[in-house]
Amino acid sequence: MFSWDLLANAVVAGVLLGGFYAAVSLGVSLTFGLLDVVNIAHPAFVILGSYAAYAMNSSFGLDPILTGMLLTPLFYVLGAAVYQVYYASFERRGEESLRGLVFFFGLLFIIEVSLSLTYGVDYRLVEAPYIGKSIELGGVGVAVRLLVPFAVGLAMTLALHLFLSRTFYGRAIKAVSQDRLALRLMGANPVRIKTIAFGIGIAAASLSGALLVTIAPVVPSTDRDYIGRVFAIAVLGGLGSIGGTLVAAIILGVAESLMATFFGPSWSLAVSFGILLLALAVRPTGLFGR
Amino acid sequence: MVRTGGGLLVSLAVIVGGILLASLRVNLYFYFAGYVVLQYVVVATAWNILGGYAGYVNFGTSAFFALGAYTAIFLIEAFRAPLPVLILAGGLVSGLLGLGIGYLTLRLKGVFFSIATLALSVVLQTLIMNWDYVGGAKGVTVIRPGSPLFGNWVRLLFTVMVGLAVAAVTVAWIIERSWVGRGLRALRDSEEAAECMGVPTLRLKLFATTISGFLLGVAGAPFPYYVTYVEPSSAFNLDYAVNALAMPMIGGTTTWIGPVIGAVLLGTAQQVATVTISSELNLLIVGVVLVAFVVLAPEGIVGLVRRPRGR
Repeated sequence: MFSWDLLANAVVAGVLLGGFYAAVSLGVSLTFGLLDVVNIAHPAFVILGSYAAYAMNSSFGLDPILTGMLLTPLFYVLGAAVYQVYYASFERRGEESLRGLVFFFGLLFIIEVSLSLTYGVDYRLVEAPYIGKSIELGGVGVAVRLLVPFAVGLAMTLALHLFLSRTFYGRAIKAVSQDRLALRLMGANPVRIKTIAFGIGIAAASLSGALLVTIAPVVPSTDRDYIGRVFAIAVLGGLGSIGGTLVAAIILGVAESLMATFFGPSWSLAVSFGILLLALAVRPTGLFGR
Repeated sequence: MVRTGGGLLVSLAVIVGGILLASLRVNLYFYFAGYVVLQYVVVATAWNILGGYAGYVNFGTSAFFALGAYTAIFLIEAFRAPLPVLILAGGLVSGLLGLGIGYLTLRLKGVFFSIATLALSVVLQTLIMNWDYVGGAKGVTVIRPGSPLFGNWVRLLFTVMVGLAVAAVTVAWIIERSWVGRGLRALRDSEEAAECMGVPTLRLKLFATTISGFLLGVAGAPFPYYVTYVEPSSAFNLDYAVNALAMPMIGGTTTWIGPVIGAVLLGTAQQVATVTISSELNLLIVGVVLVAFVVLAPEGIVGLVRRPRGR
């Protein structure tokens, strides 16, 4: 029994999910793709953003996505601080690869365990007027709780793309990934540029965390599901390519949604990791590699 | 030769000591906790053969461990196979997976390799979760056969783990002292330079990933009999991956003693913390200690001890 209706619904839901996945992965495309900093703790910062939105929502009734936006400066500072520690401990000594990776792995663990010590391991969810509603688009039901994160995700992608191509700091971030010495000769400090970029990456993570908690309830260990997703998307999209990130995110969203609809949700996580393994083994430079 | 003979004597002494400990009838919890610490000695040593000697960081330790455990479950369900068969089979299956990821290193270096191992772990977990014969997502209860040696399963498993830990450390010790160890160190420092000097890098990497995978599978094979109830989320627990990496990092990755020190210290600390404080908090301790060590003491405890002597 094959149903076109089911297929259409799955594809639409997948595209919307993809817009949200793009939001989650933008930070990784920036830090891993352009700065070569393997921030494997990125998903933990996403969940931290989710819990911040949850905390503000449950105690003050603030809209989760609005909270996410308001909190971005705070997470920017947090990200900049993390990068300073990382730089002083690893990059300056030229030992970033192995120990830096372990550093971020430890960080991921600390954030996750701290959250479960503070909030426990129950599922947490937020309340907002648009959650639970759905609209009809050409015979396909669209959940507003997916539509809003999709729109915000697209806006974030566009904003980051414009920032990187139009502003001085954005171009400097692209430059630091290409030639640090040349950037230094132009009078810009690579470490400062990388600090800014890393801060932006973490700020994007926190905002996408607010999107995550509007889509589905979260637990502290949700971050583990996203490690594979974000790196699959960043690698598949071609490291550092913002447009590629969006395309890869939508491919992954649709693939997962189809898998969940036709084979059951327990298989959908394997899709992202399977795609990641395939992308790594066959074409490590991704679809839009530099 | 004298040193090899000495090492052999020490290994034998540890095994005999383990058997003596097992025949002492102290509180059973001692064996229960000791098993976990020894299991971590095997896991950390196995991780270090690939991660410390060859410089390939494996984030998918839990996949190999769980594969060993699930191979054992399959053999128990299908043939009621005895424990030594389980251990050997678990090791072989995980070793094969290790060989597989060894070929991945042809294309994937550094960070990409690590991410791929993490991905592998999740794919494998999904497969196991959807395989009902070994319990699927809801897990499986394993019944221990009656009347084992030492009159008690926990004591028997503890003794077996003593033997496995000694075997694993001996393997690491032999590798470290042979040309294989020198070759692995060379390719860790610069794979291209090693290749140019005629070091057979691919064969060495395949050897390292296979041995590492084998030992991780061996560590996982007795797990079903230890816990008697296995579900995918406990066998594929991320704690194994974090501990496997934290223990050698804390102890020191360049020598065989590093993972042993790290596993004994961190493993014991976690057992004590689980009993006295809470199991969540003990994970927090692992994370904080790990980050503190990579930032402040990159060479681990072994490095801290060596530094004052000026190496």
